[in-house]
Amino acid sequence: MSGFGKPLKIALGLAVIAGLIIVPMNFNRYGLFILSQWAVMSIAAMGLNLTLGYAGQVSLAQGAFVGIGAYAAAIMTTHGWPLPAAILVAIALSFSVGWVLGYPALRVQHHYLAFVTLAFSTLAFLVFRNESWLTGGIYGISNIPRPHVLGIATNKPLPFYYVCLGSLAIVSVAVWWLIRSPWGRAFMALRENPLRAQSLGIDTRRYTLMAFAIGSALGGVAGALYAPLTQYIDPVPFNLSLSLDLLMMVIVGGAGFYFGPFLGAMIAVLLPEWLRFTEGYYLMLYAVAVMGLLIWSPTGILGILDRYLAERRTKAASALRAVAKSRLETAQ
Amino acid sequence: MSNLFDLLVAGLATGAIYALVAVGFTLLWQTSQTINFAQGEFVMLPAFLMLAAMHAGAPFWLAIILGILLSMILLGLGFKLLLVDPMMRHGVLPLAIATMALAIGIKEAVKQFFSAEASPFPSIVPTGDVSIFGHAVSLQSIGVLVVAILAVLGLTTLLNRTSLGHQMQAAAQNPTVARIIGVPVERMILLTFLINAFLVALASLLITPIYLAKFSSGEVLGQAAFIAAIVGGFNQVRGAIAGGLLIGVLDNLAAAYVSTQYRAAVPMIFLIAVILFRPQGLLGRAEERTV
Repeated sequence: MSGFGKPLKIALGLAVIAGLIIVPMNFNRYGLFILSQWAVMSIAAMGLNLTLGYAGQVSLAQGAFVGIGAYAAAIMTTHGWPLPAAILVAIALSFSVGWVLGYPALRVQHHYLAFVTLAFSTLAFLVFRNESWLTGGIYGISNIPRPHVLGIATNKPLPFYYVCLGSLAIVSVAVWWLIRSPWGRAFMALRENPLRAQSLGIDTRRYTLMAFAIGSALGGVAGALYAPLTQYIDPVPFNLSLSLDLLMMVIVGGAGFYFGPFLGAMIAVLLPEWLRFTEGYYLMLYAVAVMGLLIWSPTGILGILDRYLAERRTKAASALRAVAKSRLETAQ
Repeated sequence: MSNLFDLLVAGLATGAIYALVAVGFTLLWQTSQTINFAQGEFVMLPAFLMLAAMHAGAPFWLAIILGILLSMILLGLGFKLLLVDPMMRHGVLPLAIATMALAIGIKEAVKQFFSAEASPFPSIVPTGDVSIFGHAVSLQSIGVLVVAILAVLGLTTLLNRTSLGHQMQAAAQNPTVARIIGVPVERMILLTFLINAFLVALASLLITPIYLAKFSSGEVLGQAAFIAAIVGGFNQVRGAIAGGLLIGVLDNLAAAYVSTQYRAAVPMIFLIAVILFRPQGLLGRAEERTV
């Protein structure tokens, strides 16, 4: 994105953040719910983007980790624990399960890995549904309390939206830092060429597991926020289609682009809502839009921008070359 | 043990249908690296096309022919030209995601234009039981098995015994060399898409009388075929057949002997075990690693 000037980029970023804080103030309950959902799904998609977009490990289990986080938060907060403690437990739990799920990735790659994670996703769903002593089974868990933040109750939609937005901000900064750290570079090396990464002395084994564990942990964070957002959870939202949806968000937004998950989650959460005026047709139109977008740009929305900027840079460079050439000719 | 016998027959019958769907799935993968997440919806749709033809007044046999032809046009030709062709060169993942979107689109379209309710569907086999070794076996199970076996035999004969089949295999195994020796690779790929469309339409015809025609019925079926394809061997037609039968039997036995709650878990655990210990599938051959 080096095509824009730095001050312009900062101004744009600040405007978006200010917009996200100020504009929803007079939104109704439903609008705030959808927007909070966008923030939560962005966190989960960001985790998957780390695993898939940066480290190149296909996972169809992110929805299961959102489920693990959601159940951890729901069970703990309904038993009187505070939400931050529940979030920490959700992180620890999904991190360790994600670490274990990473082991198959050491053996198999690409579509095979996708199928292992797909199977895991279904198994997790069965556990959510069948272990009713823990998860409430098909009846789920209701009356999940919302937290007090700095002494302010967040029972109303607007304060809780700010909780989601704040969490998104914290996660965004952490991920931003992570992908610029040596770890992030190691992840990308893993994606681009695992053999070469290994020959450069990167412990590919550890980083593969790490990519899975960290990505899954973010799924857990998203889940731990999802539970108090809806205040009622049952197994249905955490079935395979959530994992597929999250994968779609990452690819549609642009896998491996930092801002990809934000845009992808926006398309997946907000676009169907905007299309609701078409009534029965809205999911059909959504499907057509996603297919059309992928045909047009298989690297997602940010792929379009990236191509445009690259084109502009080449044009600028060739213009410079032309000027230099004509100068040389006149000098002769 | 009469129970076991019944379970095996029922398992083989559903397994044979899974096998049909799984074979189509592997054909698409072999010739064009398409992982079709909409394969289950591909099975769901033809039944509705046939129902629509019958609502328009066509007799059952004509509706079947129309349904199969329409699904070959839509799910074979249309799918390839509109979605796979533009995306094939961009790698496996974007195309796989696009087929996920396609699955949503097909489901929603059926829900919107036909019905959200399950509709009954006539069977091509008369209902009733026959006695085999003293066991009552439903004619439907036998009919499904016979049709599926005939279809699979026909397909393997086509692939292994005819020049056309050899050309298709060549196009799948090494498109560049196949092109050099004069195989019309593009036409062969199109042919596999048409065969896949034919197989799913056939599977639709066989399975819909048992499970009713419903917009959401593709999800379970697609997943089962998916697992069957991987378990058997993603790159082998006979692997997909074995995988389909195996998953069908396993699923029925699990429902009876494990628990109805965790029956879906058994094929999944089996799948994970197969991928970890024999990633190429039970009958598959290892794919060369591309670096």
